[in-house]
Amino acid sequence: MKPVFMTYTKKDLINLAVCMFLSILIIPTFITTEYWYTSILIPWLCLALATIGQQIVMGYTGQLALGAAGFMAAGAFAMFNLILRVPDLGFVGSLIVSGLIAAAFGILFGLPSLKVRGIYLMVATLASQFFIIWMIDKFGWFKNYDSSGIITAQDIVIMGKPFTTPLAMYFVCLAVTTVLTLLAMNMARGSTGRNWMAVRDMDIAAESMGVSLLRTKVQAFAISAFYCGVAGALFAFCYLKSLEPVAFDIKLSFKILFMCILGGLGTINGAFIGAAFILLFPVLLNAIGNNVFHGAIDATIISSIEQVIFGGLMIIFMIYEPLGMAKLWENLKVSLKSKLSSSGTKSLKSSAQK
Amino acid sequence: MVDELLFFMEVLVGGLLAGTMYSLVALGFVLIFKASATFNFSQGAMVFFSVLAFCGFMQDFNIPFVLAFILAALLMVVVGLCTERLVLRPLMNASEDTVLMATIGLGYVLEGLAQAAWGVEVRRLDLGIGDFPVPWIADNLKLFISALDITAGLVAAIMIIGLFLLFKYTKIGLGLRAVADDAGAASSIGIPLKHIMLLVWSAAGVVALVAGCMWGARAGVQFALVDLALKALPVLIIGGFSSIPGAIIGGLIIGAVEKVLEVYIGPFFGGAIEGWAPYVLAIFFLLYRPEGLFGEKIIRRV
Repeated sequence: MKPVFMTYTKKDLINLAVCMFLSILIIPTFITTEYWYTSILIPWLCLALATIGQQIVMGYTGQLALGAAGFMAAGAFAMFNLILRVPDLGFVGSLIVSGLIAAAFGILFGLPSLKVRGIYLMVATLASQFFIIWMIDKFGWFKNYDSSGIITAQDIVIMGKPFTTPLAMYFVCLAVTTVLTLLAMNMARGSTGRNWMAVRDMDIAAESMGVSLLRTKVQAFAISAFYCGVAGALFAFCYLKSLEPVAFDIKLSFKILFMCILGGLGTINGAFIGAAFILLFPVLLNAIGNNVFHGAIDATIISSIEQVIFGGLMIIFMIYEPLGMAKLWENLKVSLKSKLSSSGTKSLKSSAQK
Repeated sequence: MVDELLFFMEVLVGGLLAGTMYSLVALGFVLIFKASATFNFSQGAMVFFSVLAFCGFMQDFNIPFVLAFILAALLMVVVGLCTERLVLRPLMNASEDTVLMATIGLGYVLEGLAQAAWGVEVRRLDLGIGDFPVPWIADNLKLFISALDITAGLVAAIMIIGLFLLFKYTKIGLGLRAVADDAGAASSIGIPLKHIMLLVWSAAGVVALVAGCMWGARAGVQFALVDLALKALPVLIIGGFSSIPGAIIGGLIIGAVEKVLEVYIGPFFGGAIEGWAPYVLAIFFLLYRPEGLFGEKIIRRV
């Protein structure tokens, strides 16, 4: 397909228009309950953004990393301190700078990827997870010497206007996510993404073809951490509305890893599908527990079952469809299309003659 | 001066003995890696699962200690069987990373099952060995060393000698080594791959149970065991993934270094550097000796 605008094809622009139409016009008109914004849509956008970060390093560059939540914490606390200490930056400026700070951590902890891969790298990135959380926890400066452990996030103010209602926060998240998603698609399709994928598929071959491993891997880690940092800042300011290091523990890292893998490695839409699934499935399970069994099943049992199902799905996907739900969705579209076209055999024949 | 030295010795010995506990977890990883080149990320979950089952049998069904241990060990054999059949065999030809991700999923399944079956509250596990200084050593050497630590050290030593003998002198061990070297070639000369895998996973399950008992007796049987077991990963990196002595030495190094750092440097930073020090140590090892102290050098070809 020919690019129509920059590297985007006509199909992309239609997809974008549909998504924008749905998210700007349809959702705000039809969804009026706050619950949907505060508990589902906002965390979905934030976590999808973090998952894109994970996708860049894991799905596109093929580096097993397990420190997404650590970078999110770095971004969130950087945001808190920037708004507190450098108020002139404004919300958007702070968001970008906190992403950059997370990216600096990403570069630092991505360096071992030059030497090692697979589970070795996973262990190295675990260091970032534990170290960042520890650092924030132990040095009072990051938390502005607050002893309670939980800090309330400042209100979001952009150009002098407060964004405090759930709907307004949803729009903030939506805007940031849209811009960064488009950028990610752009990078993934351009030479940057080609280099990432070359390194993923066979790093030694890529290197011998002149792709600099140092540059590519460090770049992937930095961009990934930038996405995670911005996502973490949004997660803390729009969803949690508070900052505590515990919210960004290793469990969140695993969650993002699951979103990335179940959604589909090496796809951007997979990040959104995976995040939606991991977020909505527990909600669904709880709803079943409450409405069908009327609370006869203990909440801890439900969360255990949820864990078993996530783990089981992970195994099943690894065996039958390592490319995840995005690939299933793609297959579904293809089979629908072929069904549609085979129902009109005439059109098929005529196209064959051409 | 003498007091300081004694204190240092105490910290060091305490750290070394605590390190054997990491070694016990790492041992399970090594067993599976040696036989199938699979990184079993679910080893930590297996530790949690097995010891929770053990506690469940003892406390919920009032089964005596020895019988409960045997039942839990049998349960781990069943887990090994299911894993081999349902996870590993379909993934026989998949890439390393795919199998690794599947074992992360397996870990989730085991954690979830354990909690669904036996609840989420912290259980106490009493092995009849106290976690207090042994009076004899305290009197004669003036070192305060916990009896539990010494037991863990002894158990680890016995298991290692046992596994070493198994690998070196039995037919099964020979088969294991053959499979580890080249699974395809081994199966073509008639070594039953399935049985070997089952054996290895069962052995790893039993090792996990023993490790879980040691950890459980110290910290209570709870979900945090899974996070503790993650520390076996830096142990493996330092020792090398395919070496049983490496797991031990790595465990000792991690145990000693993290304790010494915690006691002497920790106070300057508000403590709790144990949480990340092993991982940072592992990074330094990765940069200078990626294959670990005893591992085989990794050679990758285009």
